[in-house]
Order: sequence, then C-alpha cells, then structure tokens
Amino acid sequence: MLIICAGALTRAKDNMTYHSETLIARLEECARQLRLDSLDMIHRRGAGHPGGSLSAAEIMAALFFHHLRLDPAAPDWPGRDRFILSKGHASAILYAALARRGFFPAADLERWGELACHLQGHPDRLKTPGVDMTSGILGHGLAIGAGLALAARLNKLDYRVYVLLGDGECQAGIVWEGAMLAAKYRLATLTAILDYNDVQLDGAVHDIMPFEPVLDKWRSFNWSVLEINGHDMRQVLEALDTAREIHARPTLIVAHTTKGKGVSFMENRAAWHGTPPNDAQYNQALDELQRCA
Amino acid sequence: MTAEMSMREGYGRALAQYGALHPDVVVLDADTSASTFTGFFAERFPDRFFNIGIAEPCMVDVAVGLALGGKVPFVNAFAALLAFRALEQIRTCVCYARTNVKLASHYAGLSDFKDGPTHHAITDIATMRALPDMTVVVAANAQEAGQLVPLVAEYEGPVYLRLSRAAALATHSEGQVLGIGRGLLLRPGTDVSIIATGSMVGRSLVAAECLAGEGISARVLEIHTIKPLDVDLVLQAAEETGALVTAEEHSVVGGLGSAIAETLCAGCPVPIERVGIADCFARTAPDPESLMDAFGLATSDIVAAARRAIARVRHGH
Repeated sequence: MLIICAGALTRAKDNMTYHSETLIARLEECARQLRLDSLDMIHRRGAGHPGGSLSAAEIMAALFFHHLRLDPAAPDWPGRDRFILSKGHASAILYAALARRGFFPAADLERWGELACHLQGHPDRLKTPGVDMTSGILGHGLAIGAGLALAARLNKLDYRVYVLLGDGECQAGIVWEGAMLAAKYRLATLTAILDYNDVQLDGAVHDIMPFEPVLDKWRSFNWSVLEINGHDMRQVLEALDTAREIHARPTLIVAHTTKGKGVSFMENRAAWHGTPPNDAQYNQALDELQRCA
Repeated sequence: MTAEMSMREGYGRALAQYGALHPDVVVLDADTSASTFTGFFAERFPDRFFNIGIAEPCMVDVAVGLALGGKVPFVNAFAALLAFRALEQIRTCVCYARTNVKLASHYAGLSDFKDGPTHHAITDIATMRALPDMTVVVAANAQEAGQLVPLVAEYEGPVYLRLSRAAALATHSEGQVLGIGRGLLLRPGTDVSIIATGSMVGRSLVAAECLAGEGISARVLEIHTIKPLDVDLVLQAAEETGALVTAEEHSVVGGLGSAIAETLCAGCPVPIERVGIADCFARTAPDPESLMDAFGLATSDIVAAARRAIARVRHGH
C-alpha cells in the first residue's frame, strides 16, 4: 500500500497497477542479482557492509534499472539524473548496480579493494565512472543534492537529484540543515529515499537514538513525505513516480526495509552491519538468495 | 581603491564586479553578508546569492553541489567557523572530492578583536595547508583582496582565501601583476629577508624601513599563496641574504613560518626567526592594532627578529 502524505494529494488507491508484471519481475530479478553481487564482493574482499546493501536492493534496482535517466556510455552527460549514495558504506550495492548497468565491466567488482582498482572502500567520484559524488562520511548527501538541484535550476536543466539516506545517518545534524535548506528553496526536483531498516552499527536505531515520529519530523521540515514498504518493487516505483509529480517541495520516501534482507541469519542483526560472511555463511547466503529466483 | 578601504569591502566590491561578467559565479553566505560585504553581490544578483543561515557545514556542502553542477561557488563565513566547524566538509567533499569551491574566510587572524578568541582564527592556515589539493591564499589589503577575486575564481580547484576585517597598509602598486603561487619582491635587501603574509606585509615594510635606519638592508617578500609555496623565491632569498624572518597574523604553529621552515630544511638551512602568535589564545581588545602588538606581531617584533636572525648568522648557528 502506498500512503501519500503530501498535503495536496489524496491517498492513493491500494491497487495501482500501471507498472506491468513483466517490469516488476525484471526489476525484482535485478534486485536479487544486486544482492548476490554485493555478498560476493564483500565475501571476496573480506570487508564491506552487507546489512545496508541488502536492505537497499529494491530501491537501487528501481533507480538504476528503470527510474533514473542515465547513459552508461556518457557518465558525465550534463542532462543525467544525479544519484548520491549518502549512506556511502553501502558501496557494494552501488558498484554492483553501476557495473550491471554498464558503467564499467562487471569483472572490476572482483577487484574491489585492490590497490590498483578504481573501486574504493567508499564511493569516489574521481575514480569510478557513474559515481556522481564521493561519499562515506555520513550526512553530506542531502545538502550536496540540494546544491545540485539549485545548479539545475540556474542552468535551466531538467535533471532530477536522488539521495539515498540511511536512518542512522539522520542522527547527524547536517541532514536537518540540508532538509531546511531544500524546503526553503522549494527543491521539488530533489527526492530523498530513507532506507529505514532500523539497525545501525551498535544496535537498533530506536535504542541508540530514537528517530520516531519520522514522518512528522520530515513533514514539519516542509517536505512532502511518502511511506512505503521498501522491498515491494511496485511501491518503490510508484513512490518514485509520485515524487516526480510533486512540484512545490522536496519529497522524502520513507522506505521501511529489513537490514540484511534476503539472508535469514543477517536479517535485523546489527552484527551484519559491517562484517563479511565466512565461507560457510557465504554459501548459505547464496543458497537462500538463489532459492528466491 | 584606497589604502583606507577595508579588506572585506575590497573583496565584496570586486566579487560583485566579477559576478556581473561571469554568470556562473554564485555566492553563499552564512548570515554574515553585512559583515563580509557579499551584500554588494546579493543586491545585484539575488538569484545567484544563497543565504544558508548559521550552518557553515551545510553551506559548504551546498556549494559542493553547485560546483558539481558547473557553478563557481564563493562560500563566505567567518574564518573561525568556516575553517573549523566546516572542516570535515572541506576535507571530504571539497578537497578529497576535488570540487571547485572557493572558501572566502573572513575576519581571519585577530581581526575580530571585539568578539575575542572565540572569533579569532589563528590556526586556520595550519589546518588548510595540511589538506591535500587545497590552495591557500592570503590577502594583504583591500586592493589585493579585490585583485585576487578573479584569480581565485579562474583557478581550477579548491581555494581557501583568507581575508581580514580591517583596513591594512597598502603594500604594492595597483599595477603589479598577481599570480597564484607567485610571491612578490616588495623591497630589495641583502642582510636578511622578511617573508610576510596578509596584514603583516605592511608592518614588515615599516620594519624594513626601521632596519635601514640601523644600517641593516632587509629584503621584503610577500607570500600571498601559502600553498603552493613559491619555493624558488624563498630559496633565492635564503641563499642571497643568509637569514630569514617570517611574519604572519597566525600562530607560529603550522602557518607561513612552518611552511618556510619546511622548505629551508630541505633546500637551504639558514637561521629563521618566526614572528607570529605564540602557541596561545589571544584576548579581546579595543582595536586590532593594539591586539596584534600585544601578541607578538608589532613592527618592533619584526625588527627584533631580524636582528636575532642576523646575529645567529654571525655566531654561526
């Protein structure tokens, strides 16, 4: 169910079905592939952040394989939509998405972390094609995305800006500085997606620093707010489409997700925020993800 | 422009003039536009002026986004806030990500004498020049601040432009051509070289005149670009005069004096005396001049340092 919370809009119908079953199935398969790639990369490297990569798989698949206006052959095309992975520690799934979308060879994913490889621990815009902004230190994406949206307005370009936020990240004050600013300038071309998996490095977000009421917080910052199940591909697509139709203010899509989604022993466990699986765990994870196909 | 004009006014007027010809220039301020004189730009180009409020880290990140979108953003705030509160943004999103952001850092050094040590910035050069990919430029007076605006705007990459609040002595003729990374020979001399930056350039010229009265021939160099440093000019001065004095409205830790010492130890180790603020916080004062005098930046401090440097040469150490 897609709940639309923008003032001017009414509650959407529960059974919106304008995206074909074929598209949904294709994107769900993309999400499954991104999960497999992420785990493979993290296992191979013995480092990385599985939990927050797995939770964002449907969001990343929807963006990179359907919604974003991109040209992998021209990663610096001025008219492209911009994407900032503000939760930069989920770099594995961004790299997987960029490779599978054709920005660089998928073989590069196997070399992640090597000294000579362009793929850094966290995304680096100067080294990796398709990375619009360097990230890794949490909190920057929203304000930088706002600057990109202001530049589009001044340059009379119609690209849109997407920022993927973590929930733990929203503990950083600069997120709210950026939120205020984006509302002041009515940056309707800016859409943030909150990967709300409620787990961070040290434990549950709601224990470490209570975040609720999330929807009210963002509404009170003069954002339009949509709430979805972030693992329901249809809801993700519909929310991204809806955000494009909101013209007076920036939009936050609160995507309820499960940390470590798709791998039973990783789900909702803080221990899997930044720990690579061992061989046995990796094989079990592969088995579970392959059974979903 | 006259010597009496404040540095910030020289900067603010030049920014508005430059902005008239260059539509890609955008200006951001953090609720200090009346102090930084970015109001001149804001009045003429309201669509290209963004007042972000008292949120310097956010302002830097917004500028990063504008730079990614092809704009040339000038970020304006008090140095004490820009260089320290927004330091992580500057390191990660400006330097590491190499975005074309211009950081105009106002009221640097002790120039906010009225507000006291919370508002002084006496370690900002140290911090900024330690960052890879950062260029650090210090204006010596209003005229130079104005001349630097186009140079900074057209220099590709991150720049930290350090400005003082007050008027400062004129130091070179308006016709002198400036270039980022190129020091200026302001006065020839053979016994000692005084290498100064910012507000201490004018004082160093006065000190050289005093030394001349004692029969000491002091060369005066202005280093407006702390990084990349004009190594050739510095080494030439060391070789030809054999003794150096550095002078800066900054802590003796990590600033111009340190940069020169690092250069000398690698290329031409001669005696060097550093004039700067001892490793301490300063105080509130009635005016900038007396505050500078009280914290080791008086003309007489430069003169004394020159005598010490020459004496060390004579005594062989």
